[in-house]
Amino acid sequence: MKWETVIGIETHAQLSTKSKIFSGAATAFGAAPNTQACAVDIALPGVLPVANREAVAKAVRFGLAVGASINRRSIFARKNYFYPDLPKGYQISQYETPIVQGGALAIFVDGAEKIVRLTRAHLEEDAGKSLHEGFHDFTGIDLNRAGTPLLEIVSEPDLRSAQEAVAYARGLHALVRWIDICDGNMQEGSFRCDANVSVRPAGSDTLGTRSEIKNLNSFRFLERAIEFEVRRQIEIIEDGGTIVQETRLYDAGRDETRSMRTKEDAHDYRYFPDPDLLPLSVEQAWVEEIRSAMPELPQAKRSAFVALGLSPYQAGVLTASRELAEYSAAAFAGAAAPAELANWITGALSARLNDEGLDITASRITPAQLRALAARISDGTLSGKMAREVFDAVWAGEGDPDAIIAKRGLKQISDSSELEKICDEVIAGNARQVEDYRSGKDKAFNSLVGQVMKATRGKANPQQVSEILKRRLAG
Amino acid sequence: MHNATISSLAAELASRRLSSVELTRHFLHRIKQLNERYNCFVTLDEARSLQQAQAADGLRAEGRAGPLTGIPLAQKDIFCARGWRTTCASKMLSNFVSPYDAHVVEQFNAAGAVILGKTNMDEFAMGSSNENSCFGPVRNPWKEDAVPGGSSGGSAVAVAARLAPGATATDTGGSIRQPAALTGICGLKPTYGVVSRYGMIAFASSLDQGGPMARTAGDLALMLNVMAGFDARDSTSLEREREDYTRGLGQSIRGMKVGLPREFFAEGASAAVTKAVDAAITELRKLGCETVEVSLPNMKLSVPVYYVLAPAEASSNLARYDGVRYGYRAPDYADLTDMYKKTRAQGFGAEVKRRILIGTYVLSHGYYDAYYIQAQKVRRLIARDFAEAFKACDVIMGPTSPTTAFRIGEKAGDPVQMYLSDIYTIAVNLAGLPGMSIPCGLDGDGLPVGLQIIGNYFAEARMLNVAHQYQQATDWHMRMPPGIQ
Amino acid sequence: MALTLDDVKRVAHLARIAVDEAEAQAVLDQLNGVFLLIAEMRAVDTRGVEPMSHALDVTQRLRADAVTEPDQHDLFQAVAPHVEDALYLVPKVIE
Repeated sequence: MKWETVIGIETHAQLSTKSKIFSGAATAFGAAPNTQACAVDIALPGVLPVANREAVAKAVRFGLAVGASINRRSIFARKNYFYPDLPKGYQISQYETPIVQGGALAIFVDGAEKIVRLTRAHLEEDAGKSLHEGFHDFTGIDLNRAGTPLLEIVSEPDLRSAQEAVAYARGLHALVRWIDICDGNMQEGSFRCDANVSVRPAGSDTLGTRSEIKNLNSFRFLERAIEFEVRRQIEIIEDGGTIVQETRLYDAGRDETRSMRTKEDAHDYRYFPDPDLLPLSVEQAWVEEIRSAMPELPQAKRSAFVALGLSPYQAGVLTASRELAEYSAAAFAGAAAPAELANWITGALSARLNDEGLDITASRITPAQLRALAARISDGTLSGKMAREVFDAVWAGEGDPDAIIAKRGLKQISDSSELEKICDEVIAGNARQVEDYRSGKDKAFNSLVGQVMKATRGKANPQQVSEILKRRLAG
Repeated sequence: MHNATISSLAAELASRRLSSVELTRHFLHRIKQLNERYNCFVTLDEARSLQQAQAADGLRAEGRAGPLTGIPLAQKDIFCARGWRTTCASKMLSNFVSPYDAHVVEQFNAAGAVILGKTNMDEFAMGSSNENSCFGPVRNPWKEDAVPGGSSGGSAVAVAARLAPGATATDTGGSIRQPAALTGICGLKPTYGVVSRYGMIAFASSLDQGGPMARTAGDLALMLNVMAGFDARDSTSLEREREDYTRGLGQSIRGMKVGLPREFFAEGASAAVTKAVDAAITELRKLGCETVEVSLPNMKLSVPVYYVLAPAEASSNLARYDGVRYGYRAPDYADLTDMYKKTRAQGFGAEVKRRILIGTYVLSHGYYDAYYIQAQKVRRLIARDFAEAFKACDVIMGPTSPTTAFRIGEKAGDPVQMYLSDIYTIAVNLAGLPGMSIPCGLDGDGLPVGLQIIGNYFAEARMLNVAHQYQQATDWHMRMPPGIQ
Repeated sequence: MALTLDDVKRVAHLARIAVDEAEAQAVLDQLNGVFLLIAEMRAVDTRGVEPMSHALDVTQRLRADAVTEPDQHDLFQAVAPHVEDALYLVPKVIE
């Protein structure tokens, strides 16, 4: 039987605020245990939550970026369960009325665009951390993370493969960074995905029983976990078994998912509106204020790049982050052939940044320098090889491309009369190779080209040289 | 000295005929002598109290004293006070020394008032008799085998027995007004949102409200001036301009319209209570009030609604007591779940556990709509009844409690009977309105009866005005329990 | 509709309160008394009535995003049942 995979993703994006969602404690990552857990975070008797305006603004910003509707009135609810990293015995979240409803994200898989619908995005607080290492028979609880604002973004079950799931997660990751609501640091847990995975016979329109895979903190783990889970589910069904709805954890070391027993009995969360928090009101004027401060979104940037002659693929790559898109846009400004320039960004520049572990913002070649370099290729001044040399020199801090070209005398010989003269000299001085070529030995031709290149110290355009030689030798 | 009101003590302090240290010592001495009998204080810290008194005298010497500077007051043990053990009368918090001050405590400290000690209460404010305390029951000075009411029984008795001139209290379903009525003192529950709940240990967040207890309406006004006010740390605290609640005390109440809800006088209240309340209404007519009959048809539903909503909120509010970060932890357990279960089974008393179980049930899957949502809808109907009634009157009056103080143990085995003792007070919390109780008579056994005054939202000053005028014409609030000199 | 002993046990587990058989039976009787009282409310016609979560019809005030709370973990942990290396310790959690 053929199977279809159905995936929905729940993403927890930590909102990049200075203080927590309901307290004035700091949210910085990596502080010593419990030094950023204030009275509200550790749920002392009598303390109360007060919501952070900036966290709400960031949620609205997200809603606007995905074309969702912003609920003018949303409600914070309590999700009740016992866990040592949950100090109040409940998590403040939004349940029936989230702040952001609907919306969509466009993703690209194998060059094709796909629209993934979003169900909702709601505000909630993060839990603390349980440290299982280091104590015999005990688990240590660090509540520094407790109360960090989270935006939980829930997709519809629109994804049909692990690849699509990864494309969605990457797209969402790029977006939350783009609009500056989340630092996207997956290693530090700022951006975490849970995947709801089920399978069904191809062509069926009913959903199979799903399992929820928790805490996928890298795109690779997301992909591997889904692939494993799909195989596991298909095997069970094909062996005549049934899938149990459950929470599973991806074990990267074993590359498998396994059932999480501890969360199994806690399914009755007894949600109810938090009586400590009044309805959250988001006035139209505030929404407009947030909208007017929004940067141009990736979608718009992509369209602008395609209009400049880039392929949709190139445009997609260059809008993977706001920084890269801004660099690219700066480089394209006034460029004769943006598409060629785009190749330099996605090619040589990306490779160099990658080699040196640098971010685009730390590029040693400025957009203007890259544009100047590309212009010298277009006008025939530089060969590809020369261009690489100039690129390296700019990177090394030797100055602008034109200065380097002048200093190193790197002008390509494109004057054909001069080249023809050199070609004639080479033909005259290499009678044997000419003879060999004429008797059908192609290798001899390459040797002649090499002689010309040598004579010009590499400044000739090799293509032009071979054209001239062919013409002369044919004559 | 201990029989004086806050306002007269304040005058004594202001005239420097009396120092705060002297006054505080006097009350501490009385407490030492009498607390064993009444069990109304659960934590005392003489050194700390005297240090505050000294500081208050210092402020006065510098000419920086306010109206309450140097006045010793009792704090209900539900208010967190830095450095003070704060227990909510629960074994769960029996070792909890608060690292911070509640807003109310902060306000009194800033006003230069002295904390005399922390008062007994029903555990986590759940009860109407002050029998649900890990420190044992509080005794009513009017009759020592009778309850003082609850949950603020300790505060009420501290004031009634002249162990403190005033005390803080909280009211979720009647916990200020009912004990005030049963001990012959005055108590005011303000409009929801007027007094910050920050640092006031939560029972049912949408109903809890702190307020003062004292012997006169004038003293309540003085205390409320300190307690009320906006606090950014409580999302439900209201941003309003500061009010001087003493400003209208002396005004005439001629022409004030007093609404008498049919349902308050129909049945349920004992004959003695009805008689005393009727007499009070007659007195108010003499003072120029007009009475008008009003109706609160859904009031009878307030007890059932309350016993859905309050336990639901409580079941969640009390989930933090898990033995992890503070408070009691069971000594022996097999694993984490066992630790939770034993800690909570041993740390909470029977009534608290009962309410947590009720609350957990009504919020659980499949019951939420039928119980919780339905209760919230009926809550709105009850609030609408009041809105309708206030179209025809300025204040509403009736009995505070259907009976006078009952015997210790009398209702302890029957939670439903106990719950019904708040029949007249609960609706006020559901609507979020201000309510108060003032003494208005004694029954045949010489036990006090309370008159309940309910105002519209933010009508505290008006309620205090009518209460004060009544107290100018009567002396029920001056009566002392037998045996108190 | 009366509660059953199983209801009491389920709810006690959800609330993480240990109850033995005898206690469960006693609690069951008391709870049924209370639910009899509550039943009165369930019959009321509330069609079209908006649930009332808060006493006053006001919306939430929001605070500015500023760090206002200093580190006080020594003070807070002075009253904690079991702390080591500034971590709150609980019996081993197995996931």
